[in-house]
Amino acid sequence: MRNNGDFTNIAVKIERAVVSYREHVALRDVSLEINKGEFLGIIGPNGAGKTTLLSLINGLGKLVQGNVWVLGHSISGGSVNGIRKRVGYVAQLQNTDPRMPITVREVVMVGRYGQLGLFRRPHKTDRIVVDKMLELVGMSHLAKRPIGHLSGGEQQRVAIARALAQEPEMLLLDEPTASLDWRAQGELLELVRRIHESQNLTTMFVTHDLNALPDTCDRLVLMKEGRIWQQGQPELVLKQDILSQLYDAPISIQEHEGRLVFLKAG
Amino acid sequence: MDLSIFGDPFMQKAILAAFLGGVACATVGVFVVLMGISFIGVCLAHAAFAGALLGVLLGFNPMLGAFLFSLGTAAIIGPLASRGELNLDTSIGVLFSLMLGLAFLFMGLMHGTKPLGLIWGSILTVSRTDLIWLGIVASAVVAIVVLFYKEIQAVIFNREIALAVGIPAGFIIYGILFLTGSTITVSLSPIGGLLIFSLIINPAAAAYQLTYSLKKMFLLSAIFGVVSGWIGLLASYLFNAPTGAAIVVTSSLIFGLATLFSPKRKVKKWRVKDEPSRVL
Repeated sequence: MRNNGDFTNIAVKIERAVVSYREHVALRDVSLEINKGEFLGIIGPNGAGKTTLLSLINGLGKLVQGNVWVLGHSISGGSVNGIRKRVGYVAQLQNTDPRMPITVREVVMVGRYGQLGLFRRPHKTDRIVVDKMLELVGMSHLAKRPIGHLSGGEQQRVAIARALAQEPEMLLLDEPTASLDWRAQGELLELVRRIHESQNLTTMFVTHDLNALPDTCDRLVLMKEGRIWQQGQPELVLKQDILSQLYDAPISIQEHEGRLVFLKAG
Repeated sequence: MDLSIFGDPFMQKAILAAFLGGVACATVGVFVVLMGISFIGVCLAHAAFAGALLGVLLGFNPMLGAFLFSLGTAAIIGPLASRGELNLDTSIGVLFSLMLGLAFLFMGLMHGTKPLGLIWGSILTVSRTDLIWLGIVASAVVAIVVLFYKEIQAVIFNREIALAVGIPAGFIIYGILFLTGSTITVSLSPIGGLLIFSLIINPAAAAYQLTYSLKKMFLLSAIFGVVSGWIGLLASYLFNAPTGAAIVVTSSLIFGLATLFSPKRKVKKWRVKDEPSRVL
């Protein structure tokens, strides 16, 4: 079942997926379709299965039941390495040893390694792609610095450049702004929006923090207890009563300078 | 100072063994230090030691025993390390103490001084076969680092990211454990089960203090490994001290010096600006 049905406009199709880690069921009977070029936001409380849903798409999660097709290929059986090369992945900020002997440019070059394959060294074309992506995220001036010497916001920009250096068709972002300060958070969201539009990507953005949600989402998936609880256009689902139920906590929404601001009420 | 002894065939063999062992151990050490798996390395070293003792006890080739035990241990640790299941530290701790226990058990069942040779090693009596094996493993270690440099670099930086960009990270990690086990096995008789680990970790840890380039770190580590072996040999001859111990002390001294002069430890000085902090 490599090419099942018509996938010309569909980037991801998930059919009745179940994922469990020992006794804990992380995803229960989840079905989802994502169109090519779509910007999908995934929100929900901690432990709702958001990260697990992302991990299904780059084949890092273990499917117990159901089917998953990514970019026209089934990842339920065959090799997922081929898919991983076409999907960029940015996780939340991780602790990097400040003495780690690897420079910013080398980190971005890692994004090329999967496509290069074994026994092949990076060519001039790879270096050109890397430089272009560093330029795109505004990190060219730090290219020679050890990665561990950068601030959190800078490291996340480098992570995005690394994912883009894969020249991916999809970009998965898992809480990329977690533990960044306000300014870095705002700049990163702006960068993600710009990249999604300019690079013709299908983007999935996971966050538990409603205020870190890019306002460019075409559709939001609301996850709770391993299920897709609701989904729809942002203006339809970003309602006080829906969100309060989703997070089991009273949430109030206010509009400030044309943007929605989410507050914990009470 | 009479150094004519360095012209003797047995000394030349020792010099060559120190070179090959230094390169292999110090190169493997770069993985061990950067991936933060020192404890895994110690565990493999003790497993090899126990396996070699079993070989002596039952009358088969100790090197085969060492090889099987260290690879068997790596095969148990590998899945634990790559899947992150169980508490890795705890399970390695259990394996480590088991190997140490087995080593003492096998020693207790034996008579004679042969086990002592495996603890302390005897680089001065290294055999031709030992040298050939050392040469094979040292060449393999260097060749693999050169061939898989970019994959190794990616896995060392971040295993999850390496997997996510489509690098077979599990394969690389098993390869690294396999190389570590093989290196320990062939270094066991010249360098000794208790001493081998300092020759793995000290040169790499010293190189780690001095550079932000992985290539330079591999190179510096290998140089430190070889120099430790050679200076240790010379010192043991001059002061009539046990060779293995002299090599360990030398490599520790190199590490101490590297840490002392490490540019990574320098604190940048800054000038206090005129503007005082404000209290509201």
